[in-house]
Amino acid sequence: MEGAGLPGKDRMIRITRKVEFSAAHFYHNPNFSADENRRVFGKCNNPHGHGHNYVLEVTIAGEPDPTTGMVLDLKELKDILQTEVMERMDHRHLNYEVPELAGQIPTCENIAAVIWKLLEPKIKSGKLDRVRLYESPELFVDVNAGNGARL
Amino acid sequence: MKISLTKRYRFAASHRLYTPRLSEAENKRVYGKCSNAYGHGHNYVVEVTVTGPVDPETGMIANLGELDPFVQREVIEPFDQKFLNEEVPEFREQVATTENVCREIFRRLKSFPLAELERVRVEETSKNSFEIEADMGAFDEVRV
Repeated sequence: MEGAGLPGKDRMIRITRKVEFSAAHFYHNPNFSADENRRVFGKCNNPHGHGHNYVLEVTIAGEPDPTTGMVLDLKELKDILQTEVMERMDHRHLNYEVPELAGQIPTCENIAAVIWKLLEPKIKSGKLDRVRLYESPELFVDVNAGNGARL
Repeated sequence: MKISLTKRYRFAASHRLYTPRLSEAENKRVYGKCSNAYGHGHNYVVEVTVTGPVDPETGMIANLGELDPFVQREVIEPFDQKFLNEEVPEFREQVATTENVCREIFRRLKSFPLAELERVRVEETSKNSFEIEADMGAFDEVRV
């Protein structure tokens, strides 16, 4: 049967790829006094920095190509994550070495938003649906398109 | 672009699934071993998701220095190491199923003043979880 039937939304599916990177950061706002920095950011304000093993889950939504059965080739996604995220952030100091974060506090919220902005234009088949960034197993941030746009 | 922050918390508590609205036999039939008269317990995990604008001065939706003590005060302290049926007043009136525990936690956290509560997800065990999202409208018409 032509095109195996189901049109549009019924064929939508999400796929998720996970990568891990390790990086250092600390929280400091130059507009705050030293006391204020300590009060707002607590021990995350330690100027020597500290680090995390970040876990990044990237979700793409789309319809599988009728010929390949894939939304996008996971190898392609793996290469995008390598170039856009791993090479920029893995074993880096996020306060000093990632230009996209310059002038921002490298919180999980801001890092996840930067990753969303880096990845979104690179996804050519399917659409970037969600970026989930774990700073630890107990704390994560989700970024999605908003306006109830998920699928 | 929409951003949310999720933090996981834990408490351990006991409960018993039993309602006086049903007969003893019906309680046993409906709730099975969860109805055992002496109760039983779980290591609950509570996932709290908040959303809102990221403050450019702090880079945060909500400062965990403020969210953590709020969740601690509203949920963890009153629930941890307790018998939910007796020691959390809301479960004297309703069965302490994890559906109801999830609803009660959502109700308690809804008033967090510094960000919008988006979702509460409770894991009763690693195999069972229950969640309520703000846009399900669960509390729109409920007295709070």
